[in-house]
Amino acid sequence: MKRTIYFKNKPIIVGAGSIAGPKESEGSIAKFIETKMQDDTFGEDSFEKAESKMLFNAIKTAIQHAKKQENEIDAIIAGDLLNQIISSTFAARNFRTGYLGVYNACATFSEALTVGATMIDGGYLKNVICATSSHFASAERQYRYPLELGCTRPPQAQWTVTGAGACVISSEGYGPKITASTIGKVVDFGVIDANNMGAAMAPAAMDTLFTHFNETGLTPSDYDLIITGDLGTLGSRIFKDLMWEKGFDIEKQHVDCGELIYNICESEYQGGSGAGCSALVFSSYIYKRLKEKKFKKIIMMATGALLSTVSTQQGESIPAIAHAVVVES
Amino acid sequence: MKTSNDCVNNNYLEYVKAISPKTNQKRSLLHAFWVGGTICCIGQTFRFILENFIGLSGDELSAYVSMIMIFLGAFLTGLGVYDRIGKYAGGGSIVPITGFANSVVSPAVEFKTEGYIFGTAAKMFTVAGPIIVFGVASSVLVGLLYFIGYRIF
Repeated sequence: MKRTIYFKNKPIIVGAGSIAGPKESEGSIAKFIETKMQDDTFGEDSFEKAESKMLFNAIKTAIQHAKKQENEIDAIIAGDLLNQIISSTFAARNFRTGYLGVYNACATFSEALTVGATMIDGGYLKNVICATSSHFASAERQYRYPLELGCTRPPQAQWTVTGAGACVISSEGYGPKITASTIGKVVDFGVIDANNMGAAMAPAAMDTLFTHFNETGLTPSDYDLIITGDLGTLGSRIFKDLMWEKGFDIEKQHVDCGELIYNICESEYQGGSGAGCSALVFSSYIYKRLKEKKFKKIIMMATGALLSTVSTQQGESIPAIAHAVVVES
Repeated sequence: MKTSNDCVNNNYLEYVKAISPKTNQKRSLLHAFWVGGTICCIGQTFRFILENFIGLSGDELSAYVSMIMIFLGAFLTGLGVYDRIGKYAGGGSIVPITGFANSVVSPAVEFKTEGYIFGTAAKMFTVAGPIIVFGVASSVLVGLLYFIGYRIF
C-alpha cells in the first residue's frame, strides 16, 4: 500500500487569489492578502451569501493573477464547511466551467490541490482551479451557537477564519510546482471534545507526515517549511511531540497556518481554524514567498476534523484527516 | 463514552488532558460573581422603585420586575452588547433572567435570514427550549409532590 503520489510532469501553480475578513486583514499576513473585506457580510444579506461571494471573488482574482481567461479554465475543484458545501456550489454557479465539489472539512484545500494536480499530471485537463472558503459567522451558526448568545468559549477553542483562497494549477507556465502528494488516512484517537480540534487533528497530521517521510525517504531538513493547516497552538505542540516520539524533530521547520493568521490575543485562544485558513495562508503569504524563491521546498498539510453536529451529539469521537502536498519553487 | 471507535488511545487522551489549558476558575468565579450580582442589584433597584413610588406589590410587582429585566436582556442582545458581557462574565450573565432573554432573542435574530416563520419563530427556542421543558416538567413534579404531601399530612 502506497499513499504518496509523485507528479512526473510537475503541475504548476500559475496564480493565486486570496480574500480575508476584517479580523484576518489585521493579522500578521495581512500585507500578502489581495482583497480585504471591510465588513463581514461583504454587502450581502446573509453570511452564507457572503461566503459564496468571497469564494467567487478569490477564484476571479486567481484567474486574473494567472493571466488566463475564464474559458481557458477546465474545472473548478472547491469545497467549504457548510452543509452540502453550498458556498462552493453557489460560487461555481456563476462560472461556465466544470465543477467538482470536494469535502474534507478543513483539509479540503490540500485535497483539492491533490485532485487538481493529479488531473493535470495525467494530462486530462490543462487548467484547474482549487479553492476553499470558510466564514466565522456561517460556521458558528451551523456548528455552535448564535453569535449574540452570551456564552464563554473554553480556552482550547479556536476561531474559524473568515477567508477564502484559490489557486490556478496549470500544465504549463511559470510558478511553484507541485511535485508530490501524500493522501491522508482517517485517524481517530478518541478525542470527544469538539472544542479541542487541535488535539483531535494532531494524530492525523502525524500519521500523514510520518508516512510521507517513510515512503519518500526524506527528512524534515529537506524542507524549508512544514506547514499544517489549523492545528492551533495546542495542536501544534501535540503534533511536534508526536513527531518527536516517532523520531523526527520538526521544531525548526514547522509552522501552523492557524497560529500564523492572527496576532493571537485572548479571544482567538489557540488560533484560526476552518477550510479557509490554510487556503488563505497558502494562496497569500506562502505562494508569494514561493514565487520569490524565498522558500525552496515546502510540504503543506491541511488538517481536517471530520465531525458533524449530529455525530458530536451522539457522543462520537472526532475522526481527523490530513493530506500533504509538496510544493517546490 | 459511546463511541464506536475501536482505536481509542487512552495514553494519548490522558496526555491531551494534561497539556490542555485550564479555565482560570478563580477569575471566572470572580467575574461571574460581580456581574451576576450587579444584574441582581439592578433588578432589586427596579423592585424598590416600583414598590415605593408606583405602589405595586406581590405577584404583580415581581411580574413587572421580570418584564423589565427581560426587556433589558433582549434589548442588549439586539444591540450586540450582551454576548460581550456573557463572554466576560460566563455564568454570571447566563443564570439571571436577562440570560434567558438573551438565549431566546439571539437565535431569533440570527435565523431571521431564513424567514420569519421557519427562521425566527421556529429557531427561537433552540437554546431556551430545554430550559422551558425541564422547567415546566419539574414544576409539575414539585406540584404533584406538594399536592400528595398536603393530602397525607
